[in-house]
Amino acid sequence: MQPTVTTRTRAGTITAVLALILIAVGLALPAFASRSLIQDLFFILTMLTLAQLWNLLAGYGGLVSVGQQAFVGIGAYAMFAGVILWGIDPVLAIPLGGLAALLLAIPTAFFAFRLAGAYFAIGTWVIAEVTRLLIAQWKALGGGTGTSLPREATSDIIGVEAIRTLFDVREAAARDILAYWLALALAVLTIAAIYALLRNRLGLALAAVRDNAEAANSVGVDARRIRWAVFLIAAAMTGLVGALIYVQTARISPDAAFSVTDWTAYVIFIVVIGGIGRIEGPILGVLVFYALQTLLADYGAWYLLTLGLIAIAVMLFAPRGLWGLISDRTGLQLFPVQRRLTGITMKGGKT
Amino acid sequence: MNWLDILVQGVLLGGLYALFAAGLSLVFGIMRLVNLAHGDLIIFAAFAILLAVSTLGLNPFLAALLAAPLMFALGWALQRFVLNRVLGKDILPPLLVTFGLSVALQNGLLEAFSADTRRIPAGPLESASLDLGIVTVGWMPLLTFLSAVLVILALNRIFYATALGRAFRATSDDPVTASLMGIDPKGIFAIATGLAMVVVTVAALYLGMRANFDPSIGPARLIYAFEAVIIGGLGSLWGTLAGGIIIGVAQSLGAAINPEWQILAGHIAFLVVLLIRPRGLFPRAVD
Repeated sequence: MQPTVTTRTRAGTITAVLALILIAVGLALPAFASRSLIQDLFFILTMLTLAQLWNLLAGYGGLVSVGQQAFVGIGAYAMFAGVILWGIDPVLAIPLGGLAALLLAIPTAFFAFRLAGAYFAIGTWVIAEVTRLLIAQWKALGGGTGTSLPREATSDIIGVEAIRTLFDVREAAARDILAYWLALALAVLTIAAIYALLRNRLGLALAAVRDNAEAANSVGVDARRIRWAVFLIAAAMTGLVGALIYVQTARISPDAAFSVTDWTAYVIFIVVIGGIGRIEGPILGVLVFYALQTLLADYGAWYLLTLGLIAIAVMLFAPRGLWGLISDRTGLQLFPVQRRLTGITMKGGKT
Repeated sequence: MNWLDILVQGVLLGGLYALFAAGLSLVFGIMRLVNLAHGDLIIFAAFAILLAVSTLGLNPFLAALLAAPLMFALGWALQRFVLNRVLGKDILPPLLVTFGLSVALQNGLLEAFSADTRRIPAGPLESASLDLGIVTVGWMPLLTFLSAVLVILALNRIFYATALGRAFRATSDDPVTASLMGIDPKGIFAIATGLAMVVVTVAALYLGMRANFDPSIGPARLIYAFEAVIIGGLGSLWGTLAGGIIIGVAQSLGAAINPEWQILAGHIAFLVVLLIRPRGLFPRAVD
């Protein structure tokens, strides 16, 4: 038998099957789930997508950004601009969010990539602040106080009428279902794309650059180009998520759309608690995050206090997160990216 | 409008930012540790001083004197028991731990002191001013600036004229070699963070007396501090003062043109410096 390099494992195959079943259930869910469950799932799915993207940046790309809220915010505002200024349907305006985030990411990368390590983190944060302050000057979109999507724009969003008749629900609920489906699609797409990326040459190059940029350069990996690619992809996707989130909330303000707590702190906690540098990490992390939020919902500030302390404890005692703990004990990999040699027969010895 | 006045107010404001930044610069220069909780620690110290003033009826300066050793102990313990365990080649773990600490501190303070804005009462000093002929300056901003200069002078004195300072510099340059010479880098780090917390107490004193504060404003102060450190260059304390002044002058100029542009102007000055000199103006240490 010819030796071959493979990333396939049995757990990976089972996961793939389970994932397909989960997606099918997720698609059918609005038929029997309550509106509040759909809203909670929307929140979970959007946070999961943001966490996967931050994980791609920091966990695989070594780019620790504290400024991802810039792309959430600019994406959301671009969607609002499309709806309010040019009369585009909110759902069709979502790609504008991705585009705007991509455009913002180019000068951001130009600035931030001149900085290494910790400087990079602060640089991205400052750029997010600058973007927030500039957007707050945009009077047509409500300036510093923000604005809402106009009633006539939200009342006939594409597809909402069909969902209304399909599930026999009210208009607001139909909007939530539409947003939920889009969030599901975006989450699945993001995870699939990241998984595919990590399994091909680019993923290998990415890991090499993260582990040692000089060594990667010396074997012919263009570290600069890869970092640019990862940063731009993550920014554009983050912009799409931002636009989608604000299609659902339909109300925007600079402080909310560029919130470092909501779009970066939470996201970082999800990734860290779940396990950085693994696709499984953010998935586990978002579930823990949601469980904590539900449990501690009535305790106000205690919730964030606890979250902060848990993140510290995880970094101290399980630096690779909860999934790292599970994986170390069991060797389980749901999304195997490790390349292994199979089909080797050893001669003259026990195998 | 009087440009000289704007310039002077900007320089004095820069003194406050330099105070925010000096502790950060110290820790960053010695152990390359980015403390994302630095701003929240300043707010924490401000609440500690406020508590001493309101419950014991102390003068704010006396209260800060009382708070300083406590803050030193806190910083020492934080470094010894938490941060030392995550310091290493990878910058991510310390970044994430201090980020967790920042969020925990903010919300702990929120729970303990509510979201109300507070101020440390400083009596007649709050509004007293000094006429210098061409410009009139407030005593409070002037005192802040002089304290910043004094703090930086003292830190430089420690750095370049004491055995402890030699250990600081040696550990900053190469912790492994320093430890071969009998220095315990972890112990040095703990003392450095303790010292940084004393500077934080001074910063908190002036922040609290000059402006309203509440548990949520830490991160914004952290950004100004970081900008000052980065503009100044890694490991240069005078550079940090220069960085603070640049941010202060830019903000004061921006505010003179349009009050909404104050903060923005500071950030833009930072980005411009970064674009021209990515390593800051006066880098001492090599990162």
